[in-house]
Amino acid sequence: MSDLIIVGAGPAGLRASIICARNGLSVTVVDEYMKAGGRLLGQLYQEKDGEWWNGLQESERLYEEALSSGVEIKLGLSVIHIENSENAWTVHTNAELLTSSYLLLATGAAEAPQPIDGWTLPGVMSVGAAQVMTTVQRVKPGNAGVIIGISVLGSAIAMELDMAGIHIKSMVLPKKTEFNEEFANPLHVMESLSHISHLAPSKLIQWSSPLLKWKYMRNLSTRFFPKRGFKIWDFPVHLRKAALEIVGESKVEGVKVAAIDINGNPIEGTEEIIEADFVCIAGGLYPLAELAALTGCPFLDAAELGGYVPLHSEKMETPVDRLFVAGNITGIESAKVALAQGEVAAYSILQHATNHENFKEKVNRSVENVQQIRDQAPLSFNPHINEGRKKMQNSWNEWLNEHTKSSHLA
Amino acid sequence: MDRINHHPILGERPKKEAVTFTFDNTTYVGEEGDTVAVALLSNDIRTLRHHEESGSARGIYCNIGHCFECRVTVNDIEGCRACLTVIEDNMKVESGKRLPNPLKQGGSFDE
Repeated sequence: MSDLIIVGAGPAGLRASIICARNGLSVTVVDEYMKAGGRLLGQLYQEKDGEWWNGLQESERLYEEALSSGVEIKLGLSVIHIENSENAWTVHTNAELLTSSYLLLATGAAEAPQPIDGWTLPGVMSVGAAQVMTTVQRVKPGNAGVIIGISVLGSAIAMELDMAGIHIKSMVLPKKTEFNEEFANPLHVMESLSHISHLAPSKLIQWSSPLLKWKYMRNLSTRFFPKRGFKIWDFPVHLRKAALEIVGESKVEGVKVAAIDINGNPIEGTEEIIEADFVCIAGGLYPLAELAALTGCPFLDAAELGGYVPLHSEKMETPVDRLFVAGNITGIESAKVALAQGEVAAYSILQHATNHENFKEKVNRSVENVQQIRDQAPLSFNPHINEGRKKMQNSWNEWLNEHTKSSHLA
Repeated sequence: MDRINHHPILGERPKKEAVTFTFDNTTYVGEEGDTVAVALLSNDIRTLRHHEESGSARGIYCNIGHCFECRVTVNDIEGCRACLTVIEDNMKVESGKRLPNPLKQGGSFDE
C-alpha cells in the first residue's frame, strides 16, 4: 500500500509525484503509455521569446526527477476500475491491484472525434496521432496530407509536421453538420484563430485580428477572405473550403472538398479532390474523466473547460474524501498550467496527510501561481477559460454550502 | 513510410537495434522501442484489421490508446492495441478478420 497513487504520468501527475515524494510520501504513478510524459511528449513549438518548448525533453526531465525522488512509476499499465473503501483506494489495473490512502487523477485529455464520411479508412488519424508519430516516434504519418479542422491545436501540430518535412497540402474546415457549428462555421473558426494571431506570421491574420472584435467587421473579413486560402507558416489554410468526404478504396487517396459560403454551406459545382495519402482530423480536446465518475464524484459541464469536468476547488480537492485532480482532467489548458496544478494538488494532499501548517501557505501560493501562469500562457485552447474556472469555483462553493462538510483544507 | 532521421530541432534520430516480428505470418523488421503500429507503418502497412461485421479496412486513429481502432491479436491474445504494444523479437501479430454473419444475408428485418 502506498500513501498516494497518481493516475497519469503527464506534466500534472509527474510534478505532483515529485513534490509528494520529496516530502516523505510513498508515491506510485500509473500510466498506460509506455513512455512517461502524456500529451506533453509530442509538444514542440517556439515561444514568444524565441525559445523552443521541447515536450520530449521536458518529459524526460520530469521522469528522471521523479525516479530520483523515489517515485515508483509503472508504465504500460491500464487502470480499469477504482474502488474506495475503509479509508483506502483500490486501483484495478490490467495486471495487478494497487492500494493507497490518497488518489490523484491526472488523466489529461482525449481528442474529440469529428466523424466525416470515409474517416475509418486507414490513413485517417487524429492530429494528435500524427503529432506523436512524427515527433515522438519519428515515422512519417504519410507523405502528403490534408488537415480537416482549423484550430489552435491543429495549427500547432501542422507546424510540427511541416518542420519534420511532411508536406501539408492544405487545412480545410469540416463539412457543416447539425453538431459541429463551432468547427465548421468560418466566422466562429476565425474568431478562435484570432487568439493565436501572435503565433501566426501571416500578415493577413495579424492584420485582421484587431478587426475581429466587431462582428460586422468579422463578417466582412471572412467575406473577403481569399478563396485560394492564405498561408500560415508554409501551407495554405482555407476558411472558404470544407471537406465533404475522405475518398479511397482501401486506404486514403484524397479528400473531396468544396467552396463554402459565409455560413459554411457548400457551393454546388465547386467540388474538387485534393490528393493525399493521409488525413488528420482536428476536433479539439476534452477532459478524460471517466475514472472520476467511478468514484462517485459529481461533475460540471462547462464548455469553456472542454466538457464534463469533476467538481473541484482551486486547491484541486474534490467532494470525494482523499480524491484530488490536476491537469487537463480539470479543463483543457497548456502543459505549463498542468505543471502548476500538479504542484497545487501535491501541497493539498501533503497538507491533508500531515496537517502541517507550512503546507497551507504553500497551497495558497501555488494556487496564485496557477493563475499567473494561465495569464502568461502563449496560447489558450479556449479564450473564455477564466469564465470556466469561475463557474467551477461557484459550483464548488454551492456544493460546500449544501453540504455541512467543510472544506478539509479551509 | 520513412523514418524521420533528421529533424531541424530534435536533431538526428538515435540508432536502435533491429527487432524481428511477424504480422499475418509475414516477417517484418522494426526497431527496439517501436510499437506494433509504428513498426508496421515504417513497413508501409496501414491496415491493421478488417471490421468484424462490414470487413472494411481499419488502421490507427488516435495512436495513444483511447480509440481501440488498432486492436490486433498479439501472441494469441486478442484485442491488444497496436499503438500501445511494444514489439519484441519473434512476436506474433495477427490482424482481425471479418467474422461470418450468416443471419444478415437475407436482408434486413423490415423487408
